Amino acid sequence: MRKTRAAAAVTVVTVMGTLLAACGGGTSSDGGGSNEQPKTLTYWASNQGPNIAYDKKTLAPELAKFQKQTGIKVKLEVIPWSDLLNRILAATTSGQGPDVLNIGNTWSASLQATGALLPWSTKNFDAIGGKDRFNASAVAAAGAPGKDPAAVPLYSLAYALYYNKKMFHDAGITTPPTTWADVIKDGKKISKNGTSGKWGLGLEGSNLQENIHISYVLAKQHGADFFDKSGKPTFTSPGAVDAVMQYVDMMQKDKIINPGNAEYAQNQSLQDFAKNKTAMVMWQAAASNFNSQHMSPSDWGAVPMPVQSGAPGQGKQVNSMVAGINMAIFNNTKNVDGAKKFVKFMTSDAEQVILNKAYGSVPPIKTADSNAAFQQTDIKVMANTLQTSATPLPQVPSESQYETQVGTALKNLWANVAAGKTVTKATVKSALSKAQQQMTQ
Amino acid sequence: MTATVTSPSARDAGGEGMSGTGGARKKPRIPGRLRRSVIPYVLLLPAILFELLVHVIPMIVGVVISFRQLTLFFIHNWGAAPWSGLKNYQVAVDFNSAVGKSLLHSFWITVVFTVASVGLCWLFGTTAAIMLQDKFRGRGTLRTIFLIPYALPVYAAVITWAFMFQRDNGMVNHLIHDQLHLTDHASFWLIGNNSFVTLLVVSLWKGWPFAFLIVMAGLQNIPGDLYEAAAIDGAGMWQQIRKITMPSLRSVNQVLVLVLFLWTFNDFNTPFVLFGKNGNAPGSADLISFHIYQSSFSSWNFGSGSAMSVLLLLFLLVVTGVYLAVTSRGRKASDG
Repeated sequence: MRKTRAAAAVTVVTVMGTLLAACGGGTSSDGGGSNEQPKTLTYWASNQGPNIAYDKKTLAPELAKFQKQTGIKVKLEVIPWSDLLNRILAATTSGQGPDVLNIGNTWSASLQATGALLPWSTKNFDAIGGKDRFNASAVAAAGAPGKDPAAVPLYSLAYALYYNKKMFHDAGITTPPTTWADVIKDGKKISKNGTSGKWGLGLEGSNLQENIHISYVLAKQHGADFFDKSGKPTFTSPGAVDAVMQYVDMMQKDKIINPGNAEYAQNQSLQDFAKNKTAMVMWQAAASNFNSQHMSPSDWGAVPMPVQSGAPGQGKQVNSMVAGINMAIFNNTKNVDGAKKFVKFMTSDAEQVILNKAYGSVPPIKTADSNAAFQQTDIKVMANTLQTSATPLPQVPSESQYETQVGTALKNLWANVAAGKTVTKATVKSALSKAQQQMTQ
Repeated sequence: MTATVTSPSARDAGGEGMSGTGGARKKPRIPGRLRRSVIPYVLLLPAILFELLVHVIPMIVGVVISFRQLTLFFIHNWGAAPWSGLKNYQVAVDFNSAVGKSLLHSFWITVVFTVASVGLCWLFGTTAAIMLQDKFRGRGTLRTIFLIPYALPVYAAVITWAFMFQRDNGMVNHLIHDQLHLTDHASFWLIGNNSFVTLLVVSLWKGWPFAFLIVMAGLQNIPGDLYEAAAIDGAGMWQQIRKITMPSLRSVNQVLVLVLFLWTFNDFNTPFVLFGKNGNAPGSADLISFHIYQSSFSSWNFGSGSAMSVLLLLFLLVVTGVYLAVTSRGRKASDG
C-alpha cells in the first residue's frame, strides 16, 4: 500500500512537472511565425466606427474581397477599445492570439518590448510595398526610435475641435475658437456659469486615454513632458501641473464642462453634442459617429485644436498627439505569409481609400492624401494637423502604464471637481506624484 | 534471501491491519488486494488530473510567478523572467511606498465592505426565509422572485445597475432626486465616495438570495413539534426564533457565512463591470481583487500582482482556519 501511494505521488509530481513546464515555458521565442495554417487568419480589429456592428459591416465585404484574391479566410473579431489592450496582453502571455491585430499606435513601444509582435524589418516592409509608401510621422509612431517598427500604420488620426453650428449661432458666436481663451469665452456664453442647462465643452472624464491625449498636448504647450530623455517619468514638473490645472479648471472655475461628464467613458459626450446639449467636443474623426446620430455634415464644423496663443505649429504650439491605429502581426501566427499578404491588402491604395473613408480617418499612405474622398472639413483639419502641429506620445515601454496612472489621476480629479471638492495646484501635484510613484518599471 | 523478501510484505500486511499472518496463507490474496487498492486510484485519476489542471497547477504557477520578475519584457517568454526572491512581496507590504499604501487601503476597504455585505446578505436572507416559512398563498411565487437575482448572469445584471446609477440619465437619480426630491442635487454614484454605497447595494442585491436559499433549506430540517411545544409553553415569535430557529440553524450559518465571506472578499466581477474595465475603481470602492488585477495589468508587472494574490490567499486561509476552529469549538461545547 505504501508503495502504491509512493507510486501515485511520483506519478502526480511527474504529471504536474510536465504540465508546469508546458505552461511556464510560454511559447517558442524565436519569432517569425510559421506557415502551418495557410488558409485561415484571425484578425482583431479595433472599434473604429460608431459601434461594433458598423465595423463588421464595413470590413466584411473587404475581407470577402481578400478571400477571393488569395483564398485565405479571415475570421474577424471587432474588439472595443476598453478591452483591446487587456486582450492583447492575455494573448501575449498565453501565446494564443490572433494572427493580425490592430493596436493603438501609442502602445507600439510597450508591445514592441514584449517581443510579441513581428518586427517590420526592411525585408518585411518590402513584402508589403516598401516603407516609403507611408507617411514618416505615422511610421515614427509605430515603435521606439532606432528599432524596426512593431507595426504598420493603418489609419491616421489627430484631434480636431468640433463645434455645433446651431448652438454657436444661438449664442451669437460667429467665428470658432483658435485659443483656449476663446474656448472658455465662447463656452461661457453657452453654459452661463452652469445655469443654462447647456454646456460649452464636452469630454469623457472616465476615459483614461482621452485624459492622457489632451493633458499631454496641454503639457507640451506649457513646455513640459511626462518623460525625460532617458525615459524616466517626470509627472510633477511645473508645466505638467499647470497643464492639468488648466484642463481641470474648465470644469471647476470656468464651468464650461458639465460635471456629469466626469463619469463619461462611452462616447456620451458625442450624444450630448448631437442633442444640442454640448457645443464643442475635442475628438478624432467624429464625423461617422455624428452621422449615425442623424446629424448632417452641415450641422457641425471642425477647426484645429486650440493653442495657448498664436497659430498651431511645433514646440509649444503643438495642438494634437499623433493618433492612429497600427496593424501588427502576432509572432505566434501560423500563417505568417498570409498575414503579410493581409497587411499588404489592407494598406493597399484602394483599401486605404475605402476604409479611411468609412471611418473618417486619414490614410497614412502618401498616395491617398490628395484623393477626393478626403476633402471633408474635419479630415482636412486632421491631415493638416498631422503634417504641421502634431506630436507623438512618448514612445517608451512604460507608456501604457503612464496612460493608466496619469489617466486615472485625471479621472479622480474630475470626480473631485464634480463632487464639489476644490482642486488646487497642490491637489494636482499630489495626484500626479502618486501616479508617478506607482510607476514601478 | 527469501527471508528478506517476505519480511517487508509481512510488515505491509501488518500495517494494513489484515487478519492474515503467515506468508504462505496470504500469497494467493495479493492480486485481489492489489486490485482493490489500485482500482480506486485508477478511477480517481481523471478527477485528480482535472483538479490538478483547473486548480492546483494554476495556483502553483501563480506562486512561482510571484518569485519572478515577470514584467512586460518577459511576458512573451515566461521562462526567461529572472528570479527575484522575495522582492515582489517586499514591495507589496512596504506600506510606506505608494504601491504598498494603496494595497493596504484597498485591503481595509474590502474588509469593511465584506463585513457590511455579508452581514446584510445574511440578515435579509434569514429574515425573508423565516417570513416565508409558514404556508400562505403566493409563497412559491415570492420564493421564485426572490431567487431571480441569484439566477441572472452577473454581467447582465451589474451592467444594468451601472446604467441605473448614471448621474444624468440613470433611474436611481431620477427616482430619488427628480421624483422624490430626497437630494439637493443629482448625486454621482459611479465615481467619488458614493461608489461604496453603490457597490454595497449591488453586492447585497446579488448575494442575499443565496443566503435566503440556504437558510430556507436549513429551516426545513427543524421539526414543527419544537415550535408547537414552545407555543404551548407561551413562547412568542421572537423567543421561538432566538431559542429554536437560530440554534438549529447554527451549522447552516457556519457554512453560509464562510462562503459569503469568501465570495464577497474575492468579488471581482461586480467592481469590474460596475466601474468600467477602462479605469480604476474609485478609491472608496477599491476592492482588493480588482485592485490587484489593475495593478498588474496597468504596470504589466505580473510578478508583483502574483505576490499580492498569494498574500491574499494566505490571509483568507488564515481567516478561514481561525473561523472554522472557533466556530467548531463553540459548537462542540454547546453540543457537549
